Amino acid sequence: MSNPISASLEATDQQGALGTEGTGKPRSLGRDAWEDLRRRPLFLVSAVLITIFMLMAIVPQLFTRKDPRECDLLRSRQPPSSEAWFGYDSLGCDVYANTIYGARSSIAVGLITTVLVALIGSSLGTMAGFFGGRTDSILSRTADIFFGIPFLLGALLVLITFPSEPDTPAWQTIMKVVVALTVLGWPTFLRLMRSSVIQVRSSDFVMAARSLGAPPRRLIRKHVVPNSLSPVIAVATISLGGYIVAEAALSFLGIGLQPPVISWGSQISEAVPWLRVAPHMLFFPAIFLSFCVLSFMMLGDAVKDALDPKLR
Amino acid sequence: MGAYTLRRILQMIPVVLGTTFLIYTLVWALPTDPFAGRCGERPCPQAYVQLMTEKFNLDDPLPWAYLQWLGGLFTGNLGETYTGLLVWDQVASAFPNTLKLATVAIMFEIVVGITAGVFAGLNRGRFIDNLVLLSTLALISIPVFVLGTTLQYLLGIQFPIFSPTVPPGAPWSSLILPGFVLGALSMAYVARLVRSSILENMRSDYVRTATAKGLARRRVIGLHVMRNSLIPVVTFIGADFGALMAGAIITEGIFNINGVGNLVYRGILNQEGALVTSVVTLFVLIFLVVNLIVDLLYGFLDPRIRYE
Repeated sequence: MSNPISASLEATDQQGALGTEGTGKPRSLGRDAWEDLRRRPLFLVSAVLITIFMLMAIVPQLFTRKDPRECDLLRSRQPPSSEAWFGYDSLGCDVYANTIYGARSSIAVGLITTVLVALIGSSLGTMAGFFGGRTDSILSRTADIFFGIPFLLGALLVLITFPSEPDTPAWQTIMKVVVALTVLGWPTFLRLMRSSVIQVRSSDFVMAARSLGAPPRRLIRKHVVPNSLSPVIAVATISLGGYIVAEAALSFLGIGLQPPVISWGSQISEAVPWLRVAPHMLFFPAIFLSFCVLSFMMLGDAVKDALDPKLR
Repeated sequence: MGAYTLRRILQMIPVVLGTTFLIYTLVWALPTDPFAGRCGERPCPQAYVQLMTEKFNLDDPLPWAYLQWLGGLFTGNLGETYTGLLVWDQVASAFPNTLKLATVAIMFEIVVGITAGVFAGLNRGRFIDNLVLLSTLALISIPVFVLGTTLQYLLGIQFPIFSPTVPPGAPWSSLILPGFVLGALSMAYVARLVRSSILENMRSDYVRTATAKGLARRRVIGLHVMRNSLIPVVTFIGADFGALMAGAIITEGIFNINGVGNLVYRGILNQEGALVTSVVTLFVLIFLVVNLIVDLLYGFLDPRIRYE
């Protein structure tokens, strides 16, 4: 999950920001990035897709009038028809309705995990980078301990230690997956934020503020954090897609979100044994999952390029 | 260099201790009843519980039990599973298969990933570049279990080009498809990494100098651009090797490979504490050692980086 950071660095659209020069007023980095983003087709496409997925997650009723839990064994595994565009699954539930309703838990897991991981990781990373010394050693070594555990394995272990019963409320099952992913995900953000804070800490404007007598709290809040946050934002967007995949992978292994909760991962997991006779059961949730992941990755890529002044 | 290596190895010790302690706690201390469901529908007989409690030191306080386990680890005794099989034997029979699988995956990354990246980087904006960018984007966004099950169905069953599952002993030819599936994601990253790295180096001063002094394009690209562009790739692939072995759970499950990932997955489901702790420790060690080697290699490949 930390791979996309370095791997997909692309030097596209170098002339992007040239057209807006000479308007006089200096612009902040955020504003600059926004002006830059608005012109990127990659950003526009992914923003539209993400808006659709978000709508799907918040008001699934907009997209389908069918109830995903209204099932009839008589139509088990029927292929797509004009009646049900995506066909029916093993229990005779409508695959289209399930796929639409599946967006909610998949995106919820991705979103909450990303927010938690970014918050925990970057605040600890700020402390480690800003104070250095012993604070840094303790925090960094702790992060190393969690970083060394293979991601999927660690999440599996956490989830098996706190198993969900069939009568566990949906939000609890979701939160368990979130916790499992967060426990293993935060060190990435600690490392990222730490290195970026160390860079900013020694810059001239921080030195100036320090010599004017600003206390550490103010230094961190006003100068250090705003100026070292951009890599975290970009990587967080990319990892959101990654966490959605991780949730689906855990559900695929039968340990993440489980059947009373509808999610793309559990749908795919149920569809795999029937791949030969009813490929539609796998195909549609997989397409939705892939496109959702794709749009967050594209958005992250666009944000990263826009926030990186070197690529202008 | 020697001092740096030594310092890194010393730094690894607390990390290994911390990680193994964490795993040990998760596996042994947190479940309320380690014997729940172990003896089928009925509760376990008292004699069995007593025997197992003694065997796995479940009555001792956690730190002491952990130390005893750690002592066993150092003397090469990884313990036994609940069924009395030696963990060492199990790991030793599964490990070569995972190693082979990861090697095939790495080969795909090197051959396909680097080739695609080089072609894309040298033909920026042309058809091949867009093709590589699009196909890598697709590979990155398709989850590995979807890719695995779909390819197994299409190329293993519908059009039987490859064998859909891997027989015991895992001959190389049967690992081509699983290796591709396992390596696909990293392959896409490698291609993108090579591409962007080439684009960056093509703009650099030393390339301009080389061109200005009249070197043939072949030589500029082959000698100057390639050598510098491949440095980050080497480190990426190196670090990926550890991640691939641990990430093989899903691929090994789909293609029924008797590998370490499959072993540890079954271990987790059956709550085989001794097995899980040993295998995860093994993964952590591989991860740390590989990372150290990669860092050292980095200094070796790029003389500008010096460790002291």
